[in-house]
Amino acid sequence: MKIALLGNPNTGKSSVFNMLTGLRQHVGNFPGVTVDKKFGTISVLGDEHTLIDFPGTYSIYPRSKDEKVVYDVLSNPNHPDYPDVVVVVADESNLERNLFLFTQIYDLHFPTILVLNMSDIASRKGLSIDVPELEKQFPGSIVIETTAKVGLGKDRLLKAVELISKDKNTETFLPLAGLKDPDDLLGQEEEAEQRFALIRKVIEKVETHDSTATKKEQHKLDKILVHPVFGYLIFAAILMVVFQFIFAFAAVPMDFIDGSFADLSAWLNKTMPKGLFSDLISQGIVPGIGGVVVFVPQIALLFFFIAILEESGYLARVVFIMDRLMRPMGLNGKSVVPLLSSVACAIPGVMSTRTIADWKERMITILVAPLMSCSARIPVYTLLISLVIPKETVLGFFNLQGVVLFGLYALGLVSALIIAAILKFIINSKDKGFLLLELPTYKSPRWSNVGLTVWEKVRVFVFDAGKVILSISIILWALASFGPGEKMMHAAAKAEVKAKELKLTAEETERMVASAKLESSYIGIMGKAIEPAIKPLGYDWKIGVSLITSFAAREVFVGSLATIYAVHDDGDENRRLIDRMRAEKRTDGTPVYSMASGVSLMIFYVFAMQCMATLAVVKRETKSWKWPLIQIAFMGILAYLGAMIAFNVLS
Amino acid sequence: MSKALSAIEPGQTVQVTYIESSALKPKLMEMGVVKGKEITVLFRAPFGDPIAVDVHGYILSLRLDEAALIQVDEVGKQEVFA
Repeated sequence: MKIALLGNPNTGKSSVFNMLTGLRQHVGNFPGVTVDKKFGTISVLGDEHTLIDFPGTYSIYPRSKDEKVVYDVLSNPNHPDYPDVVVVVADESNLERNLFLFTQIYDLHFPTILVLNMSDIASRKGLSIDVPELEKQFPGSIVIETTAKVGLGKDRLLKAVELISKDKNTETFLPLAGLKDPDDLLGQEEEAEQRFALIRKVIEKVETHDSTATKKEQHKLDKILVHPVFGYLIFAAILMVVFQFIFAFAAVPMDFIDGSFADLSAWLNKTMPKGLFSDLISQGIVPGIGGVVVFVPQIALLFFFIAILEESGYLARVVFIMDRLMRPMGLNGKSVVPLLSSVACAIPGVMSTRTIADWKERMITILVAPLMSCSARIPVYTLLISLVIPKETVLGFFNLQGVVLFGLYALGLVSALIIAAILKFIINSKDKGFLLLELPTYKSPRWSNVGLTVWEKVRVFVFDAGKVILSISIILWALASFGPGEKMMHAAAKAEVKAKELKLTAEETERMVASAKLESSYIGIMGKAIEPAIKPLGYDWKIGVSLITSFAAREVFVGSLATIYAVHDDGDENRRLIDRMRAEKRTDGTPVYSMASGVSLMIFYVFAMQCMATLAVVKRETKSWKWPLIQIAFMGILAYLGAMIAFNVLS
Repeated sequence: MSKALSAIEPGQTVQVTYIESSALKPKLMEMGVVKGKEITVLFRAPFGDPIAVDVHGYILSLRLDEAALIQVDEVGKQEVFA
């Protein structure tokens, strides 16, 4: 049997879902759309049933992309997810509004269970509901109370699933309501008016209000958190703490993952019989997977914090205080979360724009999100900064290297806002943006919900981004391992002769041969081919090769340079690579990595859209190649011009 | 006398008399803002926009543009942050 779980946002629907299914839950997609479908298994009297969690919604008629799936499923008996029974979760302290959705579903004649959740909050507000009386108002349905947050009411709910008649109910609440077309706004208005009139009569019968109870404590918190000065200060302070925490705590597991994959690669290289297949495994696939997994700690930590802020009800206040500031840029208060997420990774960032109901505001958010400096840029930034920025103290106590790193992040953010403001005038839309948002009651986060959110985001990153990153890694490996004709073999032979002359060790010889092979491989040829184009930015073909390999993931830049310069990537802050890069000279004797070319490269990495995985997600979210192509184009132009200007000003 | 919700000061309780027809009207109604409903303006965001109102025990935030669609009659005053 299929059971649909529906309800308004902020009713504790996911707590009910988690309470019923525990860890027996999975995530998939609703057929044909990209909306996540969470489903789980519950057992009642030995029978297994599938519980499907739908996006939170105030009505069966869709007002945003996510919500459309509710209408699509409920209006189509042939839909594979069409439910046999519907469970509607309602916030007991807010019955009137919640009954709206419930009665709509009731009128579609589904056997319906109404779960009055959060009865603790209702009683704190002095509200009590006459449950048997409420049930009497809706013949055929079952009404129960739960406090899912603490796991109360699970047995009662399972019992209700067991008892509910599986036949379609023949009753109606609002006579002749019928299902309206989603575009028939006038019809929906009329229906809403009549429906609320009837609901109010029900409320009068079942709800009693004790007016001595108070809800003022909530407003006291709001007085501080949305305060014109303290509101922003607190938000800024929270962000600082979160990012400090992420940088401090993610480094340890990231180094460990990085080291383990490098060791695994080296071990495979040694133990497996030499050959193409072993190279593919040890140099293509293993580093490719490593390049995905290494970002998991950062992404997990950031979403851990975002989930806490969301669960506690604070994030909605952030949306509230940021909305007015974001609007001149064509953005929405809700754009804050995607932009914030993009500091870890643009992929979950782009996906979290689905909550933005207005098409134009959502598009602009998607287009500028990859300008936020993501985790994959950090290895590139750190390498280049330690290479060309002196370890000096400026203005008394600021470390210059730190200031530059901060500047790169700021450059990403500021340019995202400026580009957004420009896009606002370019993108046409007849709809006006809007913000209708419930500010939920503050509550302490439920840790299992936080854990599940983190797990889901990590899963999305590993599988969605991972697929793309891994396949590009393999393609790049092939381009770097093969070359036209016999050129690679000749280059390798020549390097070996030279290594003998220089009396190099076996290991050094191997690296020299690898470097020579890379130069004459397809990718080496591509690097040389783009050299004239990147010369105005201060780069040579070796950097060109590394730029191309960055399309798998930006941090591959570091690894490719290590191969090109034939240094062992020892992971120890890349000391040897940095020394080798410092020694690299142009034909005229000037260093390749000067302050000018180094800064130019950093700026290039701030702007350039070098992430195929993000492009794939943008394509999926916008359902057309148009937007990712626009993104590559404008970010590429920015990167090229920005880098050229930086190079020319500084040299 | 009827006024737009966007013109109401925090602390005022008002009754909805009319909602202007627009694409947002059904959404507003579904969120509980219907004719005859009593709502209390709670507070404004810094810069005065958006605003937060109490609709039957929950807090709804909306932009001034959206609040301007809602015509209300003043009912009374109460101290929100007391």
